[in-house]
Amino acid sequence: MNRDFTTKRLRLGERAIELVLFVAAASAIAIIGGILYVVLSEAIKFFGQVSFLEFVTSTVWTPTFDNPSYGIAPLLSGTFMSTIVALAVAVPLGLLVAVYLSEFASSHIRELVKPTLELLAGVPTVVYGYFALLFITPLLQRLLAPFGIELPGFNLLSAGIVMGLMIIPTIASLSEDALRAVPRSMREGSAALGATRLETALRVVFPAAVSGVASAVILGMSRAVGETMIVAIAAGQQPVIVTSPTQQGATVTAFIAQVALGDIPFGTLEYSSIFAAGLALLVLTLVFNLVAFALQRRFREAY
Amino acid sequence: MSADAAPGLDIAAHPPGLKLRKFKGASFVFWGIVATFVGLGTLVALVSQLVHDGGHRLTLDFLGSFPSTDPAEAGILSAWVGSILVIIATAFIAVPIGVLAGTYLEEYAPKNVITSAIEIAVNNLAGVPSIIFGLLAVGLFVQAFNLGQTILTAGLTLSLLILPVVIVTTREAVRGVPQEMRQAALAIGATKWQATQDHVLPYALPGIVTGIIIGMSRAIGETAPLILIGGLTFVAFLPITRPGDSKFEVIGAVDEYGAPVTPEASESVRIAQDGVVVLPDFSEMPVKAGQVVDLPHGASVQSSATWGDAVQSWTPTHWLGSEFTVMPIQMFNWTSRPQAEFLEIAAAAGIVLLAITLLLNGLAIWLRYRLRKNINW
Repeated sequence: MNRDFTTKRLRLGERAIELVLFVAAASAIAIIGGILYVVLSEAIKFFGQVSFLEFVTSTVWTPTFDNPSYGIAPLLSGTFMSTIVALAVAVPLGLLVAVYLSEFASSHIRELVKPTLELLAGVPTVVYGYFALLFITPLLQRLLAPFGIELPGFNLLSAGIVMGLMIIPTIASLSEDALRAVPRSMREGSAALGATRLETALRVVFPAAVSGVASAVILGMSRAVGETMIVAIAAGQQPVIVTSPTQQGATVTAFIAQVALGDIPFGTLEYSSIFAAGLALLVLTLVFNLVAFALQRRFREAY
Repeated sequence: MSADAAPGLDIAAHPPGLKLRKFKGASFVFWGIVATFVGLGTLVALVSQLVHDGGHRLTLDFLGSFPSTDPAEAGILSAWVGSILVIIATAFIAVPIGVLAGTYLEEYAPKNVITSAIEIAVNNLAGVPSIIFGLLAVGLFVQAFNLGQTILTAGLTLSLLILPVVIVTTREAVRGVPQEMRQAALAIGATKWQATQDHVLPYALPGIVTGIIIGMSRAIGETAPLILIGGLTFVAFLPITRPGDSKFEVIGAVDEYGAPVTPEASESVRIAQDGVVVLPDFSEMPVKAGQVVDLPHGASVQSSATWGDAVQSWTPTHWLGSEFTVMPIQMFNWTSRPQAEFLEIAAAAGIVLLAITLLLNGLAIWLRYRLRKNINW
């Protein structure tokens, strides 16, 4: 009898614990839901006063003017420009590192380099911002001066370059995982046909891992798009449509931070506008992430 | 392989162009190493730039002083204390939820729609830009829940931010525990939770701790979401003591841009903490936190309470409701100022911040390495 009681009590306890664990896990859904709710509800307030058409077609972003105009295009152009620069730095470097580590380096070197590179991803972004403003920008100014290019103190180029350095570990590490997941037999088959290591790496292993590599690049891109501090510090705050990385410009994230730095005027259109900008950002990064995960799944299924 | 042997039959002969092809391989290795060193070189350049700019400002005084309008006197006392308090709040929220959630997904979760919804949510959460968490915090914690721009709000926000990190690493660590451990426990009559609690989790602990450390290091360096919930840039009090700690007499007033003000010129300032304004004629005027007053030239702001009051009113949790600043925000604020002296102390703050995060990351890497080496199932 006593034993029965124990089992029953245990069972109840077990059920309770399972419930607690479930609630903890389900909080992830609640958080995503909370984010969507908050951003959407404020953005809807915003679109009640500003037409969606103006938001996507106007080329002027001047929310603080007396006669405000809300076109997201300038902010998006800043975001895209800095992201393109970041990718131009991080994709070649990251992929070189990934192929080198996975196909050429000894396991010793790999074990040493990978964690050290991961330290790069751990550097606080505000420190990167400082680095962009006070190291990269002066360096570029000196390098570009002979070509007659005058680089302003705030510019998207140096912010983008530093963002690129920041996402090298993301791209290198995830691509390396994808490359290493390609079965050994494929490399051996290629070598047996007389290919050199490099030929095997570039024509057999890399194409086989391409969806995983693409997923790594997209995740890196998503990080660059969402990066705030580096651009807020080093890229300037002028929301104009940028056509060259040597210009200064504001990104979506930098605008949100800029408004937040003042006293946030709760309940005003300006307050709602940071949520509308946030919505644009959220949509961009969610799309990137979903594409990346779909690609990742594809490369996992292949082998 | 000489020329007079039958040329077409010599299968051991090197095919034409092999030298070039091998050279391409070798030069690729060269460029691979160069690329690797660009990454490592960045770290070196970063550290040396910070040390060059701010190394000489990194003194004990700097760690023990409050921010000030005078860069020569400014320090990061309130910033590092704030960072520690925010991290404590973050850990208390993120660690239990994250570890329990990770354990659930790995040990308990049935394969169904809800589980895959949770997994999709965790994956997507990891990809949400940090500033969006700031928007969530403003809309939900500050506005809807009315928690104010406090350490509690900051801790909640950052814990949501690092939750995916803790969940994912917990899952990996739990997955790494061999099935036999569970079976052995279940075979001698343990319930599922007993097996999990007494056998799986202890063996997964080093892996879980690694994840927690990485999450903490991310939280310490995070700036953007805290800017949104209004981490102050000028805090001349320690949230851990009550306002009015007599050791730190200046309460601090900020102008409408949030910049610190020594009320020497007549201006409208916002009072950061309860206290007393001493007017130029030495008459006193009590002020409340948040109040906006016009201070005449020569006024000074002092706290009204004494050290004794501070001790008396101390409670284990009151700091959660205190306003705060953290190191990244302090550094950001100094970086955005034009004067070179502020850039120097920004660099000094950067050194401290970088040292802490690199140390934590290094610790996590070392733990992971030890883990792989020591455990042979």
